[in-house]
Amino acid sequence: MVEWTDFERATIQDIFAKLDYEDVGPATLARCLVVYPWTQRYFGNFGNLYNASAIIQNPMVAVHGKTIVHGLDRAVKNIDNIKDTYAELSVLHSEKLHVDPDNFKLLADCLTIVVAAFQKFLAVVVSSLGRQYH
Amino acid sequence: MSLNESDKAVVRATWSKISKAADVIGADALGRMLCIYPQTKTYFTHWPDVKPGSAHVKEHGRKVMTGVAMGVAKIDDLSAGLLELSERHAFQLRVDPANFKLLSHCILVVMAIMYPKDFTPEVHVAMDKFLISLSLAISEKYR
Repeated sequence: MVEWTDFERATIQDIFAKLDYEDVGPATLARCLVVYPWTQRYFGNFGNLYNASAIIQNPMVAVHGKTIVHGLDRAVKNIDNIKDTYAELSVLHSEKLHVDPDNFKLLADCLTIVVAAFQKFLAVVVSSLGRQYH
Repeated sequence: MSLNESDKAVVRATWSKISKAADVIGADALGRMLCIYPQTKTYFTHWPDVKPGSAHVKEHGRKVMTGVAMGVAKIDDLSAGLLELSERHAFQLRVDPANFKLLSHCILVVMAIMYPKDFTPEVHVAMDKFLISLSLAISEKYR
């Protein structure tokens, strides 16, 4: 399992404390669906995803974006035991949703970029976010 | 996933906005890459200092962005336009092409930080495709 330095731990907690979930969640998922359009395959019932503005304005994307970021919140609160915390979610994503795990990296990259646009980042902070998602 | 005319237009427009800060972008992106992906440091053991902000990192970041600028200029035929650079990376530098993805990601992150309002999802996807195409062109001569 991952060993967190005090600095990484504090930085991750600081970022999530200051995060506006209502904004970042929807922006992250929308960006992922625009930049990596093949990820849309998992959202067949989300309605209109035909172009970037449709995706960005889609209310189901917004709701699901918030769900995802709140899920990340659970990892932050159990940062020393993410594997067990996510056991059920992992089964859900593999057995029921059949999501190719490569997509988690794509979403993580989008989250990194959305948060970067909201605040200045130290290089290590980006590293911390990435490590946590994996 | 090749660049269509709309992608190229977005890349050209974006580059014209950011090109004067190219040196800064390059230095920051390279510094981040060396920090976030420590395995990339193995290519720079001849530098005394690989920390972000060091003179070597700054100079090399500038060099990398000169390559990106060349890519923008030759965007209609990247393989031909970047032939020499490809040969240098293939036969001299021998950088594992997997690392191009890492640097590309860092460049995008720096763009998001420096140009938060301009780095819309549409600009993001065009720049991501461009950097991937650039990386492919650089890998052309490897085998």
